[in-house]
Amino acid sequence: MSKLVQGWEVVIGFETHAQLSTHSKIFSRSPTDFGAEPNTQASPVDLALPGTLPVMNKGAVERAIAFGLAVGSKIAPRSIFARKNYFYPDLPKGYQISQYEIPVVQGGSVEFYVGDDKKSVRLVRAHLEEDAGKSLHEDFVGQSGIDLNRAGTPLLEIVTEPDMRSTEEAVAYAKELHKIVTWIGICDGNMQEGSFRCDANVSVRRPGGPLGTRREIKNLNSFRFMQQAIDYEIRWQIGELEDGRAIEQATVLFDPDTGETRAMRTKEDAADYRYFPDPDLPPLVVAQDWVEQVRAGMPELPRAMAARFVQQYGLPEYDATTLTQSPAMAAYFESAAKACGQPKLASNWVMGEVSRRLNAQEIAIEQAPVAAATLGALIGRIADGTISNNAGRQVFEALWSGEGGDVDAVIEAKGLKQMSDTGELEKILDDILAANADNVAQFKAGKDKAFNALVGQAMKATKGKANPQQVNDLLRKKLAG
Amino acid sequence: MALTHEDIRRIQHLARLELQPQESERMLTQINGFFSIVEAMRAVDTSGIEPLAHPVAAFEDVQLRLRDDVASEPNAREANQRSAPAVERGLFLVPKVIE
Amino acid sequence: MSLHDLSVAELARRLKTRDVSAVEAAQHFLARAKLHDDLGAYLARDEEVTLAQARNADERIAKGDTGPLLGVPIAHKDIFVTRDFPSTAGSKMLEGYRSPFDATVVRKLAEAGMVSLGKLNCDEFAMGSSNENSAFHPVKNPWDATRIPGGSSGGSAVAVAARLAPATTGTDTGGSIRQPASFCGITGIKPTYGRASRYGMIAYASSLDQAGPFARSAEDCALLLSAMCGPDPDRDSTSLDVPAEDFGRQLGASLEGLRIGVPKEFLAEGVAPDVRAAIDAALQQLEKLGARRVEISLPRTELSIPVYYIIAPAEASSNLSRFDGVKFGHRAKQYGDLLDMYKKSRAEGFGDEVKRRIMTGTYVLSHGYYDAYYLQAQKIRRMIADDFQRAFKECDVIAGPAAPTVAWKLGGHGGDPLADYLADIFTLPGSLAGLPGMSLPAGFGEGGMPVGLQLLGNYFQESRLLNVAHRFQQATDFHAKKPEGLQ
Repeated sequence: MSKLVQGWEVVIGFETHAQLSTHSKIFSRSPTDFGAEPNTQASPVDLALPGTLPVMNKGAVERAIAFGLAVGSKIAPRSIFARKNYFYPDLPKGYQISQYEIPVVQGGSVEFYVGDDKKSVRLVRAHLEEDAGKSLHEDFVGQSGIDLNRAGTPLLEIVTEPDMRSTEEAVAYAKELHKIVTWIGICDGNMQEGSFRCDANVSVRRPGGPLGTRREIKNLNSFRFMQQAIDYEIRWQIGELEDGRAIEQATVLFDPDTGETRAMRTKEDAADYRYFPDPDLPPLVVAQDWVEQVRAGMPELPRAMAARFVQQYGLPEYDATTLTQSPAMAAYFESAAKACGQPKLASNWVMGEVSRRLNAQEIAIEQAPVAAATLGALIGRIADGTISNNAGRQVFEALWSGEGGDVDAVIEAKGLKQMSDTGELEKILDDILAANADNVAQFKAGKDKAFNALVGQAMKATKGKANPQQVNDLLRKKLAG
Repeated sequence: MALTHEDIRRIQHLARLELQPQESERMLTQINGFFSIVEAMRAVDTSGIEPLAHPVAAFEDVQLRLRDDVASEPNAREANQRSAPAVERGLFLVPKVIE
Repeated sequence: MSLHDLSVAELARRLKTRDVSAVEAAQHFLARAKLHDDLGAYLARDEEVTLAQARNADERIAKGDTGPLLGVPIAHKDIFVTRDFPSTAGSKMLEGYRSPFDATVVRKLAEAGMVSLGKLNCDEFAMGSSNENSAFHPVKNPWDATRIPGGSSGGSAVAVAARLAPATTGTDTGGSIRQPASFCGITGIKPTYGRASRYGMIAYASSLDQAGPFARSAEDCALLLSAMCGPDPDRDSTSLDVPAEDFGRQLGASLEGLRIGVPKEFLAEGVAPDVRAAIDAALQQLEKLGARRVEISLPRTELSIPVYYIIAPAEASSNLSRFDGVKFGHRAKQYGDLLDMYKKSRAEGFGDEVKRRIMTGTYVLSHGYYDAYYLQAQKIRRMIADDFQRAFKECDVIAGPAAPTVAWKLGGHGGDPLADYLADIFTLPGSLAGLPGMSLPAGFGEGGMPVGLQLLGNYFQESRLLNVAHRFQQATDFHAKKPEGLQ
């Protein structure tokens, strides 16, 4: 069921270009590293020098297969490379080698949640193609400088059906897709570096009416911009239609400074790309046993893993989804959970104390100074009553900052062991009850707050070393009796 | 099927060729001369025939060869840019690209 | 006997025995090239570069290095990119262009020790049948300087015919080796598509272009072809994975029982009587050598003209898009914005025929026309390939003229491109099917002009073709004739 905007239904489809994480380019042996000096990673093939020809990179095909498997699509046993012909300075050959009629990946779907609603977006296809170079405008007056380092980087273009019905849904889809491609290791997902770029096709229509004319917002490379751009575009289109103007098909760019979308100046007059099969490249054949080989080497996918966490560890969906944000985080959690046998506690700690520090320091979990096993050991000591939760946080801080490496050693060094001798505790509690006759009386008169005050006193008297649960239980017993 | 002036204008633009009016005129006549023999080709019944994009496919099941993912191409910018019309600081210069 | 009358095989022998040095041989041919510059065969030479290569070859010979081509001079069609000479493809678009790499074919011949004399004139981007489409100057036929040499490898054919090089490289997309060989009275062969690497061959029509040698005999062509062919999997994805061969291994085999298929369409009314007479005589000669003539039919011969001239321009229109004045090649001196720069640079850089083919190619690929033209042409192409397979069930090799006439006068087609296209009728079918084909001197026709016999073989049958040609050349001396009064 669609969420209408001012009575209009929003229809969104995505085309995402994911740069594949190969060492070399798709048709040449140039390196693919980001940030090199201009044209130092542009070989004769990349520059389209006369006489050069393309030779296909196996790693790019393998990554396409992995993607297809991850989204449940069909891997075409035979697919064709085609030339998409157009002129642009960052397109050295004057055509892009892509796939047209028969792509390597066909169909598939991506599932994700928007709030509590489960959504599924159908994929039309995913195909291999080469990236173009870059134009730089800043330093040149009236001219542009062309850097072809990026030209020839392998791309997987992932196309959806127009299944999305809100900005929220669209951004959630993009985030899920981003997670999938980084999870299976085919793309580094670095959006600032242009590794993952989305084009959003947006149109609006009256519910039950025919599809409206769509405009394509190109090159959205952040989720925030995606959301702003689509929201603006929807409002703009509705505004136009309600003012009686028709929407003209156009390619638009989002301007982050103004928050607006505007049509691109170069009108391609419904560009005629004159696609035809590239005579320099015979058909790509992917045998079933190669597909099986790739399948065997694939990691457990995030959705499946999250479902397993719910089932195996009894975790709530929210925890499972959060913990499966990356393979490293999920592995960390599982290690810790297995070490202490307390999955919910492990989940809390990973989502809480660990994640907080990772975010503050802007590091990834792979760089966490506390190993999962160590965290597991710590949680174990809390669970078995050796230390309180509070003490646990102190120990963790010490471990994280490198003060110590062993849980028990740190507990010992800081003298954080909880009071385990109930005899001593009972005596302290008796003293407190004796010294706080008013509170006792108030509690017996029905004031619960008085109880907390007594607990507070007990914790103070034991210098925090008493087990709060024990204090609670014993006090109640004494007060009852 | 004869081409028109409009066709010439459209193709010229697609092919990024600037033709003078007499050139366009001459080209139209010459290309139409050629297309007069193309009609026979269009009339052939090719139903059920697969196009032959790679001649090798006529005698063997030709497949795309895949190479190992190794980055072995060195930086040869100077040599590669030797014949460039306009280069500054390693970048190819062109009239400003407006989007 | 002058150095330039020696065959490649014989010259190689004398180099090996150090009867003559590579430097001497190179100097000899450089001098001849200069002497005959009026023929227009060469576009570029560089004495220093050539002599340095020759000295290298002499060093190798002195060290005891051997090889059937070591120290032998060669010149390359300007479609092959070379580091040591400019590469223009016969076009103003690439005037002065220096490639940072050598074409694989060039590299292979250099590794075999051949010495580069320079680059040879051709029709612009290999588009033409007369070498009148060269942006620089036309090439003249040494048998009659008022006539064309054929194209697009006109310079390569003339260099061999006028003894300006013992052998040369050419390319054949629709007949550009076979037809000039026929018009210039020399031997030329195009291998099965995919046998020779296209890496470094400035692309015209990707699914048709193939490299091949010109020389004065089948034996010499065999030596060259063997060195030129071989898989190039790291650089050319259409290069076939078949090992290099010695194409001369069965040169001397008997022709007894050989079935020679003569397509009735190849000797129909369109063929000039002098050509028909020469071909008939040549076929009789082959019968004397034990072969048997069989009439076959290639019913779609005439259709090959529109089919080829749709497919080749289509591929070319795309291949030539890289010439945009951005990274290399001609850029206009005056232009406004980017669009203007593209349009002017390309208009100035390309000649008329190239523009025509780009326009035609763009049209047949454009929206709404693709199915009716390009796709239709590729389907008929398959039918043509199938026709050949049917024919090869009844014969071992196919024979006929390479062209309907002898070489025509310069300007003789009156600038009518269609006339040029129609004259390609006999070479186009073999190109479309990707079959190996050659032309060898078979007689003379009108005006004393050479007539070539075209032989087509089934896939991978190059050595059989060379065998037939060799046996023919042992029994005749057309291939040994020289243009009268050639200095």
